[in-house]
Amino acid sequence: MAQKPIREFDAKNMLAKNWQEFVGDAFAFAGKLALVDPDTNLDDLPNQIDWLRTDRLVVKPDMLMGKRGKHGLILLDGSWDDAKKWLNEKRGSDVTIGEVTGELTHFLIEPFVKAEKEYYVAISSKRDGDEVLFSTEGGVDIEEKMKEGKVVEIFVPITEEIDNIDIESKLPADLSPELKPKFGAFIKGLFKYYQELGYAFLEINPFVVHGANLIPLDLKCRIDDTAVFEAAKYWGDISFPAPFGRKLSDEEKYIKMLDGKSGASLKLTILNPKGKIWTMVAGGGASVIYTDTIADLGYAGELANYGEYSGNPSTDETYEYAKTIIDMMTREKNSDGSPKFLIIGGGIANFTDVDKTFTGINKAMIDYKDKLLETPVWIYVRRGGPNYQTGLKNIRETGESIGVPIKVYGPETVLTKIVTMAFEDTTGGAPSDETKGTPEEVR
Amino acid sequence: MAERPEYVLFDRDTEAIVFGYQQNAIQRMLDFDYVCRREKASVAAIVNPTRAGLHQCFWGNKPILLPMYRTLKEAVEKHPQTDVMVNFASFRSAYPTTMEALDYPNLRTIAIIAEGVPERRSKEIISKASKLGKNIIGPATVGGLRAGAFKIGNTAGMLDNIIDAKLHRPGSVAYVSKSGGLSNEMNMMLAVNTDGVYEGVALGGDRYPGSLFIDHILRYQANPEIKMIVLLGEIGGRDEYPVVEALKSGKITKPLVAWCIGTSAKMFASGVQFGHAGARADAEEETADAKNIALKEAGAIVPDSFNDFDEKIKTTYDKLVADGTITPAEDVDPPPIPQDFNKALAAGTIRRPPQFISTISDDRGEELRYCGVKISSIIEDDYGLGGVIGLLWFKKKLPPWASKFIESVVLITADHGPAVSGAHNSIVAARAGKDLISSLVSGLLTIGPRFGGAVQGSAEHFTEYLYRGDQPEFMVKEMKKKNVNIQGIGHRIKSVTNPDVRVEILVKYAKENFPVTETLDYALSVEAITTTKRNNLILNVDGCIGVLSCDMLRGLGYTREETLEFVKLGGLNAFFVLGRSIGFMGHIMDQKRLSSRLYRHPWDDIAYMMPDEPEEVE
Repeated sequence: MAQKPIREFDAKNMLAKNWQEFVGDAFAFAGKLALVDPDTNLDDLPNQIDWLRTDRLVVKPDMLMGKRGKHGLILLDGSWDDAKKWLNEKRGSDVTIGEVTGELTHFLIEPFVKAEKEYYVAISSKRDGDEVLFSTEGGVDIEEKMKEGKVVEIFVPITEEIDNIDIESKLPADLSPELKPKFGAFIKGLFKYYQELGYAFLEINPFVVHGANLIPLDLKCRIDDTAVFEAAKYWGDISFPAPFGRKLSDEEKYIKMLDGKSGASLKLTILNPKGKIWTMVAGGGASVIYTDTIADLGYAGELANYGEYSGNPSTDETYEYAKTIIDMMTREKNSDGSPKFLIIGGGIANFTDVDKTFTGINKAMIDYKDKLLETPVWIYVRRGGPNYQTGLKNIRETGESIGVPIKVYGPETVLTKIVTMAFEDTTGGAPSDETKGTPEEVR
Repeated sequence: MAERPEYVLFDRDTEAIVFGYQQNAIQRMLDFDYVCRREKASVAAIVNPTRAGLHQCFWGNKPILLPMYRTLKEAVEKHPQTDVMVNFASFRSAYPTTMEALDYPNLRTIAIIAEGVPERRSKEIISKASKLGKNIIGPATVGGLRAGAFKIGNTAGMLDNIIDAKLHRPGSVAYVSKSGGLSNEMNMMLAVNTDGVYEGVALGGDRYPGSLFIDHILRYQANPEIKMIVLLGEIGGRDEYPVVEALKSGKITKPLVAWCIGTSAKMFASGVQFGHAGARADAEEETADAKNIALKEAGAIVPDSFNDFDEKIKTTYDKLVADGTITPAEDVDPPPIPQDFNKALAAGTIRRPPQFISTISDDRGEELRYCGVKISSIIEDDYGLGGVIGLLWFKKKLPPWASKFIESVVLITADHGPAVSGAHNSIVAARAGKDLISSLVSGLLTIGPRFGGAVQGSAEHFTEYLYRGDQPEFMVKEMKKKNVNIQGIGHRIKSVTNPDVRVEILVKYAKENFPVTETLDYALSVEAITTTKRNNLILNVDGCIGVLSCDMLRGLGYTREETLEFVKLGGLNAFFVLGRSIGFMGHIMDQKRLSSRLYRHPWDDIAYMMPDEPEEVE
């Protein structure tokens, strides 16, 4: 649960639907928008959305990426035929933006608008309030304009009603006197919209004004997804897509689904499915420490996944989680025949029942006995917390009974020591002189 | 309320209100109090919006009661000495409950446990708390503790951990961590490498935690009992920078060992959202690397990786001991702590003779089982009523001949019209407006030696003589001599010439299917004698069921002694009670459907023979 970006289509659609309630009559925003996703039939689309044939169009990928202009990923002022041709070229193709390569799957189509005067507005969340930025010189070089002092800053303390703040007088002098009240009303409306709908960041850069119409050309935002229980009625049917270049695998989707249904937290990100080191770590903080340590030791490239489970998940939930990870790591052997490592780590839990969660992991280990032996997988465990004694004893016995090399440590061992051990281990998990100086295993 | 310096959030007298009926967390707080040898429990009251009253928990091994209120207002008014609220309200209600708590002047510190409080709501809470000069810990945290004094909720887990991490007495080191989960790791790390924790707070993983590193570190700086400070930060946000500034400006002079986790984020191009909501770097200064460097440059002691964190803590501590700043806190033995019964039982470290033994069914596994047979197989394999009775009454998987016999008995005994004692009683009770169960019981209570008891009685009589090896003639003679009617012999209407069809069916079935019919044969020999005296002294249906039940048991492999034992425990009445309950309930429903009115026996049917005056007794 965190601040999450959403598609520009969803964001603009949401704005259009709630425009009247929040912004009112200062301006109008028609919200002419069309989304192309992998299922869209381009031949049929204009039958559903009639302005596609009559208006000149702008088309761009809608996948939480920046720098679309620089990468030639915007079609400007095209007819529907141009748009269709362009889309057919781009759909399903790979592009590289910065260090990230990904497949283009989602596009936003809007009417083309001639931009004579571009405006800028942004609202962002700070600890003690929210900051509104506005400029009459919006566009790609907004950061330059900020340095030149051409962006006004209006801070709204958390306890202050936006209606009690005199926005108009703070607007730049070059804004005409007729427009000032209208812009003031628009900014107030947009602020309330931002506030009520649980936004943490909202930037429209640029937007243009054509008579009574205000048209946002480019809109970026992040929503605080914990606000869902207060704001879902305004959001409508939106999704929180993975960042560009991160197409969720079936396994990631499955864990995300489990996470959504559970009161506990279950997270999984696959970094490198061919990696030698797999982690199954309890706790948001501990999981980061394990990832750090693996990277510090120079094995970031070998790390297969990031993930964590926490908040006292049920035995069934940890079973499903463990099964998903063990299944993925035992699909292929390492090309050099070396073992893969499974780090079942975690801090000293405050209230998560270690025995209960490990019961699920044990069950998954038994289910995957043959594949674990065949791959082979070596397992390293470190955990503390309620009932850890029984939990550790059972996981050790499970590992030993199915013949998988396993080493098990309790709270007196520093949590990341098992990572070092795994890398230094050449004995296949059998305690030997080489582990001298390391703490006693829990028996 | 004792006056506390600003820098003290909790001490040995701190009393809290727990919002939310979190029984485990409450018990863990009390257990902590107990091992700290506090005089008084740290939980003064519980707020439970759905139930008021008393909550029973333990102080050591002594049961104590904590008051429970529906509203926070009431709890605060009744317990004005409290100054902490541990708020277990859900992410939905964390906001309104915390805002309410801030309004009560005596509540000075509020810990919010819930994860998923909207950021805007957190910001409103922070703003209100800061105006009122109050402390917020959380949201999305386990809380924090002051060793030997007070702990919030589930912090530091269970007792064994608390003792292992020496949290029952204060050490010299205070820490503040972002992560709640890692706070317990810090407790242990400090116990292993120093003289232990003095105080520890977990801020919570949200983007806008209610209090910041600097808030707590400045308190630690001001507290003369704290000699060394540890900070465990995280990628995301800029909350570590005020600490950097304070180090630079000399506001923090105590040794500060610090580490920010999340240094690996740079390895992942497309931005991994780590487990915590706030754990995401939107700018270079928010990365863990940048923060670690800034802290180091400002004078904090920063390791190269988390792996060396414990070592840095140890060397820093050892230096403070060497230069005399710290006199290591002495280890104190905690008072003996009674083990939690359920936990010890689960761990297999205790045993106790059970108060109850059950040998017929078990509801603990994934599926209910009758005598080892899963309920699903009972349905799928068509055990039927007879099969189930076999499992639960006889602990046997019955052969078809036996289960069919039991089912026939139930069918035959199900009803005998409304006039018999039991049915009559059921009907009268039902008509008096009593519920089904009361009316049924009213009928069942008549079953005994005179009504319906013949099943049981005949089995008793016939087995007595048969098993003793007496001839039927002897039995008839002796019973006559004792002036006792043989149970199961005789019918009001039926006779040799007008036989009871039910008996004929049962006898035929038994002859064809039962492996043993010794009791039936004996009873029929008795009948042959009695019917010569009077032709209605036949083996009646109750008698037939009684003797055949004994034969069934013998056929199932029961010895005569075992059969007698079953008869003596009243087992045969069970067949009649089971069967006849069907009829009684039918009559009860019948009366209810008819809306029959209260039954009153007519005067003319009662002979009133009262004397004019009572006999006087001297």
